[in-house]
Amino acid sequence: MKVVLLAGSNVGSKTRTAMDYTLKIANEKYPEVEFTLLDLAEYDMVFSDGRNYWEYEGDTKYVTETIMAADALIIGTPTFQASIPATLKNIFDLLPVNAFRDKIVGTLVTAGTSKHYLMVEQQLKPILAYMKAQIVQTYVFIEEKDFYRKEIVNDDVLFRIERLVEDTVDLTETYAKIQEAKDAMYDF
Amino acid sequence: MEKYRIDQSKGMEFGLYSIGDHLLNPHAGERISAQQRIQEIIEAGKLADEAGLDVFAVGESHQEHFATQAHTVILGAVAQATKNIKIASSATVLSVSDPVRVYEDFSTLDLISNGRAEIVAGRGSRVGAYDLLGYDVRDYEELFEEKLELLMKINDEEKVTWEGQFRAPLTNAKVLPQPENGHLPIWRAVGGPPGSAIKAGYAGIPMMLTTLGGAAINFKPSVDAYREAAKQSGFDPATLPIATTSLFYTAENSQDAMREFYPHLNVGMSFLRGAGYPKQQFAQAIDYRDALMVGSPQQIIEKMHHQYELYGQQRFLAEIDFGGVPFEKIAKNIELIATEIMPAVKKFTAK
Repeated sequence: MKVVLLAGSNVGSKTRTAMDYTLKIANEKYPEVEFTLLDLAEYDMVFSDGRNYWEYEGDTKYVTETIMAADALIIGTPTFQASIPATLKNIFDLLPVNAFRDKIVGTLVTAGTSKHYLMVEQQLKPILAYMKAQIVQTYVFIEEKDFYRKEIVNDDVLFRIERLVEDTVDLTETYAKIQEAKDAMYDF
Repeated sequence: MEKYRIDQSKGMEFGLYSIGDHLLNPHAGERISAQQRIQEIIEAGKLADEAGLDVFAVGESHQEHFATQAHTVILGAVAQATKNIKIASSATVLSVSDPVRVYEDFSTLDLISNGRAEIVAGRGSRVGAYDLLGYDVRDYEELFEEKLELLMKINDEEKVTWEGQFRAPLTNAKVLPQPENGHLPIWRAVGGPPGSAIKAGYAGIPMMLTTLGGAAINFKPSVDAYREAAKQSGFDPATLPIATTSLFYTAENSQDAMREFYPHLNVGMSFLRGAGYPKQQFAQAIDYRDALMVGSPQQIIEKMHHQYELYGQQRFLAEIDFGGVPFEKIAKNIELIATEIMPAVKKFTAK
């Protein structure tokens, strides 16, 4: 099983901090699973121009191909102007329409205020659903006060991250079984 | 319809087309050479001609996984190797070519083939040609519309005077040689959505509509919009032919057809589109209401019947060589089309 952890912003530190925790928890709990953290702050991505994702070069090609090769994703996103950052939207724009078909996608979101609590429901989930993701319905919402100097100081957030990782891995395994049972129904 | 060399009393025209994809055969795990692929396309054209099919078409794509970039050269070889079958493109990416050269090529083809050549002009669903040949994809729409206008003008007028944005002007230019009867059938290649169909209708140009899969009824709005737009521009839709095209695979029984074809479709799509064909959707494709042409000859006939009721088209082109289908299966498909499917379809479509 391949799981990509995507930190969806090129600025700021909260989402990356939360994704580092997620990666650590994930590796401890599931040593047999291959987790890869992609932080968009570390890659030089070009804007989507309508090409197929594998026809780009350099970082853009690497990041999109790594995502497409994954069985599951955990997307970490900050909240910019009540929505996802442009860097994350660009990832979706770079990928084909049904890019997340047969993939499980979990979500973690950081925000400056609790008033952004429904941003994932209103902004991110519709995109994931359109791209055919199997969405992990419950997401982790982390706000400013849960962080202190690049550390998460709210135990509840840590428990929630642990459950997000568990749910993502469990659903990926379950979905693989569903897929197997479905494929067995067909004679081709 | 005579203008487009179509005789409806003989029923719907049935033909083959190739996009010239050059992919591995997933059953064998191997890919034939480009040379073999090209020669087998020419050979398939010969078989189709001998079997009495109406049309054989080859398209161009200028990027990896394709072998028919020089589709007019291949069509020249097909023209020389055949006697009766019509020779067309599927499609010519007009946006990246000079309409004068395209017309010269196809009227030459018309002379080689004794009046069997046709142009199907499209914008290309892959963008490789734009980079390679020095065009900007941002001009995607205008490039095509301008060049199609010029191509139609060359077809209609003996001496052409023209000015545009993407090509040097022409003053009383004679484009030679002229085709056998002074006129070529020129079609507009249209993808699924109605936008491009409407443009074909406005200009009164025959439409070749691709119906690659999913419910056949999804493509009806494009057909209706085409005829409506033609009417609005003062054309009689009854004089404008429509062709539809689809991926196609038949075998004696539906289980064999599905088992044999699925890996070609699934692996081929993942090469060209980055994602395979979901089994769930493929399982539905056997239904007569689905546009993907897979099944036994009887099932294909039922699909054709349904589509003819929906679209009332004058021509159907089958893509039987997608995703590395080996030549013996291509030959088998041609045989089943010629002996079982085409005669039945012509029977219920002859006017």
